[in-house]
Amino acid sequence: MADEKKLRQIAFYGKGGIGKSTTSQNTLAALADLGQKILIVGCDPKADSTRLILHAKAQDTILSLAAEAGSVEDLELDEVMKVGYKDIRCVESGGPEPGVGCAGRGVITSINFLEEEGAYDGADYVSYDVLGDVVCGGFAMPIRENKAQEIYIVMSGEMMAMYAANNIAKGILKYANSGGVRLGGLICNERQTDKELELAESLAKKLNTTLIHFIPRDNVVQHAELRRMTVLEYAPDSKQAEEYRTLARKIHANAGKGTIPTPITMDELEEMLMEHGIMEAIDESQIGKSAAELAAAAA
Amino acid sequence: MTQNTANVLDHFNLFREPEYVEMLENKKKNFEDAHPVEKVEEIRDWTKSWEYREQNFAREALTVNPAKACQPLGAVFAAVGFEGTLPFVHGSQGCVAYYRSHFSRHFKEPSSCVSSSMTEDAAVFGGLNNMIDGLANAYAMYKPKMIAVSTTCMAEVIGDDLKGFIATAKLKGSVPEDFDVPHAHTPAFVGSHVTGYDNTMRGILTHFWEGKERTPNEKINFIGGFDGYTVGNLREVKRMFGLMGVDYTILSDNSDVWDTPADGEFRMYDGGTTLEDTKAALHAKATISMQEFSTEKTLTYTANTGQEVVALNHPVGVAATDKFLMEVARITGKPVPLALEKERGRLVDAIADSSAHIHGKKFALYGDPDLMLGLTAFLLELGAEPVHILSTNGGKEWEIKVQALLDSSPFGKACHVYANKDLWHMRSLLFTEPVDFLIGNTYGKYLERDTGTPLIRIGFPIFDRHHYHRYPVWGYQGGLNVLVWILDKIFDEMDRTTNVPAKTDFSFDIIR
Repeated sequence: MADEKKLRQIAFYGKGGIGKSTTSQNTLAALADLGQKILIVGCDPKADSTRLILHAKAQDTILSLAAEAGSVEDLELDEVMKVGYKDIRCVESGGPEPGVGCAGRGVITSINFLEEEGAYDGADYVSYDVLGDVVCGGFAMPIRENKAQEIYIVMSGEMMAMYAANNIAKGILKYANSGGVRLGGLICNERQTDKELELAESLAKKLNTTLIHFIPRDNVVQHAELRRMTVLEYAPDSKQAEEYRTLARKIHANAGKGTIPTPITMDELEEMLMEHGIMEAIDESQIGKSAAELAAAAA
Repeated sequence: MTQNTANVLDHFNLFREPEYVEMLENKKKNFEDAHPVEKVEEIRDWTKSWEYREQNFAREALTVNPAKACQPLGAVFAAVGFEGTLPFVHGSQGCVAYYRSHFSRHFKEPSSCVSSSMTEDAAVFGGLNNMIDGLANAYAMYKPKMIAVSTTCMAEVIGDDLKGFIATAKLKGSVPEDFDVPHAHTPAFVGSHVTGYDNTMRGILTHFWEGKERTPNEKINFIGGFDGYTVGNLREVKRMFGLMGVDYTILSDNSDVWDTPADGEFRMYDGGTTLEDTKAALHAKATISMQEFSTEKTLTYTANTGQEVVALNHPVGVAATDKFLMEVARITGKPVPLALEKERGRLVDAIADSSAHIHGKKFALYGDPDLMLGLTAFLLELGAEPVHILSTNGGKEWEIKVQALLDSSPFGKACHVYANKDLWHMRSLLFTEPVDFLIGNTYGKYLERDTGTPLIRIGFPIFDRHHYHRYPVWGYQGGLNVLVWILDKIFDEMDRTTNVPAKTDFSFDIIR
């Protein structure tokens, strides 16, 4: 037992559209290159967390198959698990159409199913890819006790992305005190906003974590994505592939180094933007006034 | 083992046999790791103190033995009162098993009700398919004239859209386009069974009345509200209306479906308000509700159609019945007939006959908000002294109303009203400020055992005594029934405390 490697469980969170799935798949592909055995658990009803690994849009999800079969108990693991690039195993929880049912419950159902079926056996890494904000208990499932040990938050220099990162830190804090979950670090996906690196580092510091990696913007990511591939597979010799390898190595070396986050208030976040000169200090009297009203007042 | 087929012992005797007594003692000694008897007694005594009572009432996050049930129970209660109507609860099966068993235990009758059998996949994807299949199956198998849909927690948490689901199910052919499928959202974690009754009643009336033009006529509508005595009460109301010659519609008449005769024919549906009458009830000149807090939204809706609305509070006794009958007489223009006047006189006579025994007796009572108002008024009328009045599903408004009632009588002076409190609160009240009698439902028997306060069973549910639901508590006859139930317990207590030969039996009298 002593030489059996401990299963690493990590999760990627971040604002919708920030590039979580792209970043996580590229990074996990790089980890696979390093010889790690990986299982990806997509926790997004859109089921696009494994597309670049499998070269296919939306595999059969656990929940869609469960609905066909009648119940989750009737499912077999090999029906829902697909194998892609470098033997990375992929499952998607799936979920309801927008506007009906309960996607959060879907995540809970799927993860319970995977654990009961022994899906994690033999893996070095389990990675959860979770949608947008932690809107309810279901989407906090990977943060709960005995699930992910470290959470990586994908963000950028945009105000709302940082706001979401802070909110996710709040979610982690809630579970960190009673369990083992820690914030692994921020991953900044460059959007080429003003002073992006500086801001990301500043936010990381305030959240009591580190900016684990700053991923520069590169169109090769889009080129690879159009071909449903990771950069690691599409252009292994590219500079961008090396960036993901660097991130993968950092994450691999980051085991056990996560921290309990210290989320900040909205005011503190705004102050931070002001400190860096991104946002001008606003006169209280101007808040809520339209441009036309301000012009009239100035005249 | 002592069991043998020639003489099978039931649980009363079996567990008193020596081997069971020994086994239970060993279990306690070897496995239960219990505190010493003295410690248990010490804590028990402490829970009887004023100090404990204060801590108990400072409770914020815990409810112990609430005296209420959940919304869908009320929804089912209202739905079965319509002709050929199958209650359909959109949610999981276990919830519906509870409604069926709860009613069957109280009424000692089968209670038909179906669920849409939502399981885990329905919780995730939404219950549309369950609605489509459920309506189709229920329609085909049980051949109802109407299916009344309500919801459980699960469907409400995920936000299932009943109106849209039912429309889609009709498009898919689950039931014919013109088949009546009224609905109401009845989240079990909001309000109580009286709220669910209200929502469902409004849902059914809205289904039949919405968009229709009202041409007022001389009929009146009558709504009973959620009532454990519905079988006896509705029959009594019909009898009184008959004597008065009133033209009426009872909205939700479940008095027959919960009292079907054993004549060899199973009746899944029996009696009930006809769908034609329900439609036509829009044109009535007025609607009388016997339970204000069970029909708040229904009465607002009814009043908005232009009808006059009269809300009573579970009228029990002389004055309350007077008010009910005089309201009916005023609205319909039909005088109260001599026969009812005679019944009134007989009730007054009976009260006077027994007055000496009830006068000044102290009571604690708990139950649904309207029943508490009705019983309190009756107790005051009898010269009894209510001391604690508690309702888990009664709120601020109810509290004010009860207080006003108490303020109107000298017998209400020393009484306190407890809104949103539970039976563990009541336990503290009974220990610190003891009363002579407790009035409540079957669950009160634990309080009776614990505190030694004799329980008079009035309320819902009554599981451990049979057939009381067949007796009315409304009308002068109903008042007489309640009077007798109270007196029976008073005399039983008198006998129980005077029966020791040569010690207390100087008062063990034949005549009381």
